[in-house]
Amino acid sequence: MKKPVFAAKSSFLAAFLIVLVSLISPVWASDNEASGEAEPFNASEVILHHVLDDHQWHFADGLVLPLPVIVYSSEKGLEVFSSSRFYDEHHNVVEYNGYKLEHSHIYLADTGKAVLDLSITKNVAMLFINAAVLLFILLSVAKAAKANKGKAPKGLQSFMEPIILFVRDEIVKPNMGHHYERFLPYMLTLFFFILFGNLLGLLPGAANLTGNIAVTMVLALITFFLTNINGNKGYWGHIFWTPGVPLPLRIVILPVEIIGVFTKPFSLMIRLFVAITAGHIVLLSLISLAFIFGSIWVGFASSLIVLFINLIELLVAGIQAYVFTMFSSMYIGMAVADHGHDH
Amino acid sequence: MDLLTPGTGLILWQIFVFLLLVFLMAKFAWKPILGSLKEREESIQQALDSAERAKLEMAALKSDNEKLLREAREERDKILKQAREAANRMHDQAQADAKRNADKIIEDAKAIIQTEKQAALRDVKSQVAMFSLEIAEKLIKNNLKEDKAQKELADTYIKDLKLN
Repeated sequence: MKKPVFAAKSSFLAAFLIVLVSLISPVWASDNEASGEAEPFNASEVILHHVLDDHQWHFADGLVLPLPVIVYSSEKGLEVFSSSRFYDEHHNVVEYNGYKLEHSHIYLADTGKAVLDLSITKNVAMLFINAAVLLFILLSVAKAAKANKGKAPKGLQSFMEPIILFVRDEIVKPNMGHHYERFLPYMLTLFFFILFGNLLGLLPGAANLTGNIAVTMVLALITFFLTNINGNKGYWGHIFWTPGVPLPLRIVILPVEIIGVFTKPFSLMIRLFVAITAGHIVLLSLISLAFIFGSIWVGFASSLIVLFINLIELLVAGIQAYVFTMFSSMYIGMAVADHGHDH
Repeated sequence: MDLLTPGTGLILWQIFVFLLLVFLMAKFAWKPILGSLKEREESIQQALDSAERAKLEMAALKSDNEKLLREAREERDKILKQAREAANRMHDQAQADAKRNADKIIEDAKAIIQTEKQAALRDVKSQVAMFSLEIAEKLIKNNLKEDKAQKELADTYIKDLKLN
C-alpha cells in the first residue's frame, strides 16, 4: 500500500506543519494587532472554506492559485477571466467587468441575476486531476497488460490487478449475475473514481471532490438512469404490481416501491457525500483545536489524534468506494435480473 | 446551506468528465486489462486441466507398467516352476535308472553267485563223493584184509541181492 502510506505520511507532515505554524502564530497575531485588523480564529469558517467549492485554490495563506472563471449569461454571453480579478491586493472581494462574487456565487452586478457558472473551480480542477491520475495509472496498467501478455504481472500492474479482480469478483459479479460484463467498465470506473477521489482528497491542500454533493449526485444519477433504463419487465412488474402479495397490500406497496426507486440513488448520493465531508470536518476540527487554544501542546495532542483519524479516513476511502459500487451493482443487478426463480 | 446545494457548473463538469472517463477507460484501460486477466485465467485453467490429464495418463501408464511387471513376474515364476519340475523329473529319472542298473547288477551278481555256488557245490559234492569213495575204499581195504571178512561181505551182498 504505497499510496495510502504516502497519503498518511503527507497528512501527518501537514499536521506537523500546522503545529509548527501554531508555534509562530503569536507573532502573527501581534502583527495583525499592530496593523489594527485583529480577527479571532473562526474554526467553522475555515472548515467550511475547505470542504466547499471555491473559485480559487487556497493552499495556504499567501499561496493561492487563481482559477479560470467561465460564465455565461444571456445579457453578456460567454466570458472567461481569472478569478484573481475578483480580489484586490488586500484580498478584498471586488466587482469585475459587471460581475460580482458573493459567497462563491457569481451574479451580474447591476441586476443581481445569477449567471451560469462553468468556472474551473477548485473541485473542477480536482476532478481533472483525479481523472488524469486515474487515466495515467490505469492506462499504464493497460499498457503493461498488453506488453506482458502471457506473462506474470509485475510492478504497478500486479498492484492494481488484485483491486480490479476484487471489484469484478467480489462486488460486481455476485450482485449482477451473468449480466455483469456489460456494466463492468462503468462499475470499475466508478469504483476507482471514488477511491482515487477519496484518497486524493486526503492529501493536504487537496479539494474535497467526492465529498461534494454535486459530484455524488451525478454519480448517483448515472446509476439511477442505468437502473431504470435497463430495468426489465420483472423489475417494473415488481414495482407496480408486486407479485405474490394480496391485492390490498399491493396498493399499499405501490407508493412505497415508487418512492424506493428514488430513495436508492438518493441514499447513494447522501452516503458518500456525508462520509467524506464528515471525515474532513472531523480532521479539520481537530487541527483547529490547536488554533482555538493557541497552544503547542494541544496541537501536539490533536496531531496524534489527527494521525489516527487520518488512518481511519484511509479505511473510509476504500469502504465508501466499495459501498457505492456495491449498491450500484446491486440496484442495476436487481433491475436486470432474470425473475421467476425467486418469490 | 452551500454544503447541500450542488453547484450547476460542477454538475455539468462532473457529467462531462465522468462520462468521458467511463468511455476512455472502457476503451483503453478496462478492455485490455480485463481481456488479459480473462486470458490469463483461461490459460491457468488450461494448464491445470492439462496437468490433471497428465496425472491421469501417468497413473494409467503406471498401472500398465505394474500390470506388465506382474505378468513378467508370473511368467518368471511359471518358468522357474517348470524348470524345477523338469529338474525334479530328470533327477527322479536318473535315480530310477541308477536303481534299476544297480538292481540289475545285483541281480546278475546274484545269478552268477548262484551258478558259482552251484558249481562249487557240485564240485564239493563230487569231491565229497570221491573222498567218500576213497574213504570207503580205504575202509573196505582195511576191512577186507582178512578172508573171513571178505566172505562175510560177499554174503551180505548176496543176501541183499536175494532180497532184491
